Amino acid sequence: MLKPKPRVAFFEFTDCEGCQLQVANLGEALLELTKLVDIVNFREIMSEDGQEYEVLIVEGSVASKHDEERLKKIAAKAKVIVALGACATIGGVNNLKNLKSLDEQKKAVYGSVDPVPDAIATKPIDEVVKVDYYIHGCPIYGPEFVKVMECILLGKPYHVPNYPVCVECKQNENVCAYDKGLFCLGPITRAGCNSWLPNHGSVCVGCRGLLDNPASDAQKDILEKYGLTVDGILDKFTLYCASSKESAKYGKEFKK
Amino acid sequence: MEKNSKSKDVKIDVHYLTRVEGHGDIAVDVKSGELKECKFKVIESARFFETMLRGRLVYEAQHLTSRICGICSCGHSLASLKAAEKAIGIQPHEDTVLLRKLLLHGEQLDSHVLHFYVLVAPDLLGVKSIMPLIKTHRPVIERAFRMKKVADHIGEVLAGRHVHPISFALGGVTKIPDIGQMKKLHQMLVEARADFEETVELFKSLEWPKFERKTQYVALSCDEEYAFYDGKINVDGRRLVDVVDYKSVIKEEVRDYSSAKFVSVDGAPYMVGALARFNLNGDKLHKKAKEVAEYLGLTRPTHNTFMNTVAQVVEWGHCLEDSIAILERILKCGLDEEKILVTTYPKRDQWPIKTKAGRGAGAVEVPRGVLFHDYTVDSNGIVTDANCIIPTNQNINNLEADMRKIVPEIIGTQSQEQMTLTLEMLARAYDPCISCSTHILDVKFV
Repeated sequence: MLKPKPRVAFFEFTDCEGCQLQVANLGEALLELTKLVDIVNFREIMSEDGQEYEVLIVEGSVASKHDEERLKKIAAKAKVIVALGACATIGGVNNLKNLKSLDEQKKAVYGSVDPVPDAIATKPIDEVVKVDYYIHGCPIYGPEFVKVMECILLGKPYHVPNYPVCVECKQNENVCAYDKGLFCLGPITRAGCNSWLPNHGSVCVGCRGLLDNPASDAQKDILEKYGLTVDGILDKFTLYCASSKESAKYGKEFKK
Repeated sequence: MEKNSKSKDVKIDVHYLTRVEGHGDIAVDVKSGELKECKFKVIESARFFETMLRGRLVYEAQHLTSRICGICSCGHSLASLKAAEKAIGIQPHEDTVLLRKLLLHGEQLDSHVLHFYVLVAPDLLGVKSIMPLIKTHRPVIERAFRMKKVADHIGEVLAGRHVHPISFALGGVTKIPDIGQMKKLHQMLVEARADFEETVELFKSLEWPKFERKTQYVALSCDEEYAFYDGKINVDGRRLVDVVDYKSVIKEEVRDYSSAKFVSVDGAPYMVGALARFNLNGDKLHKKAKEVAEYLGLTRPTHNTFMNTVAQVVEWGHCLEDSIAILERILKCGLDEEKILVTTYPKRDQWPIKTKAGRGAGAVEVPRGVLFHDYTVDSNGIVTDANCIIPTNQNINNLEADMRKIVPEIIGTQSQEQMTLTLEMLARAYDPCISCSTHILDVKFV
């Protein structure tokens, strides 16, 4: 259990900073949160560098040797480590870089000059440090962040839902994307976002990562109704699901 | 207090410049009073979005590229949609364009209020962040949060959320915004006028650092309006160039100390962003925004980079009034739902996907300046080539030129600590977005 009013530090690695922005956008809820925790490092909005903290919230992927060393150093001081957003939890869209040769991509972007000699294949942060809490999503869903912060303050674990997005989508009474003639990754993607994309007429692209075991935990009735297989729909969109961590769940090796 | 002598060596080393989006260093080295080095380094891990895009479906491009930057995700999304639509020959309906303009206003409002309240105001009020201001200036911070909430709400009502918008797709939207929510949004925007007036008063009372350096300004311009969504490239008032020909004007260069590319026009640095837009297009601002500019003493042209923040305040007034006007038009005339409703990806019966092959470039003005996306797509709807030119990248060269001018001016009169703050404030005036540069920023006086 943490002491009262623990110090919380945000650090970001390779990412778009959109998840920290989701936190800043909490507005009133964030002001309330500052009564319960001391935010000592939030570089996006603060100049002070807090030297000590108990709770470390990490946004972004590890994408260079420098990132890797920095993360280890930052993590050594923390009692609780939180992975914030898809880049940190599963590698996010940054993983797409890993599908091609790094040298060829450097040449394509920078030509003969190499200003990024220490770039490495993208990793989620749990390939470098032990993670206690996962807040999935691209971007994170604000209410889930608040829920996780409550668990941290109470010293309780947070269990990421391991049922498909379809469950939430049905609760929200959306017309199924498959009934609209579309493809959707909802049947095999972890819930917890309140079916954010389908609620707005789009389709799930799997940003929270796949169910732990998509082959057995998928929303089978939908797959059966439309004569689909897990592999069949996964081939359609690989924005978030081509990483080594995700593809291992459905028995595929990803190419380097 | 001992004054800094010009003969002294000065080394300033700012690692991880704070209160900017993304990461960067400032490096300044003065030996025997002579400026040896003055660099703004972007050292964030490269993200390779341009090569990631190659091989992806063109329908995914806006989803993927909005992830370049959380703060300008709507702008990236719109530049991406424009480029993709040009490439495969889709003409969006005028109602779609209207919704896009409103979404883009939401982003200017959101980003500008974050910049002038959360990122810049602490410097002018002599504190390190907004955190102490929560205690000492509670009403100001509550006002800032209220204004930010209104701005955010535009994205929520129109696109499902502001960070990484959901329902804006190729050729239209995947969901028609709810009328009731739009009415409420209209009400919130009208009420925000009072907070904006208070903001103008606050900024009237602040003092800005003195600085002058004539540079080139670049922004989109068009006859009809103060350009954000449409227009041609206005090269410092000298000529107008079609967006598709941007490469004939804007030259990119790689330097080995920075993962962001350095960009120039006609062989010299240039500035993009609110001040550039104000200098080039200020005559097209809403009447109320013009009055604010006059009240705050912002005249055209202004060559003081620090005043970029004041130009953002002026633009806030413009975007607020124009957002109200757009919503009133939508609430009065409605939206042609049949013409604008689309799906994110083609329907199942259209896979494997076939499209027209071609190249398209799209540009929009995002909070920090003009943003370009350029895609080439094959007949299977696959992106074969992609290029993005991002505002912060365009500004870095100009920031270095500003630093080279300001360092000799302040070296005799400011302590090293004051100098560091001045240079940090100068960098922050550009509102640099380094995650946007697909990379990091670092201020180092070595």
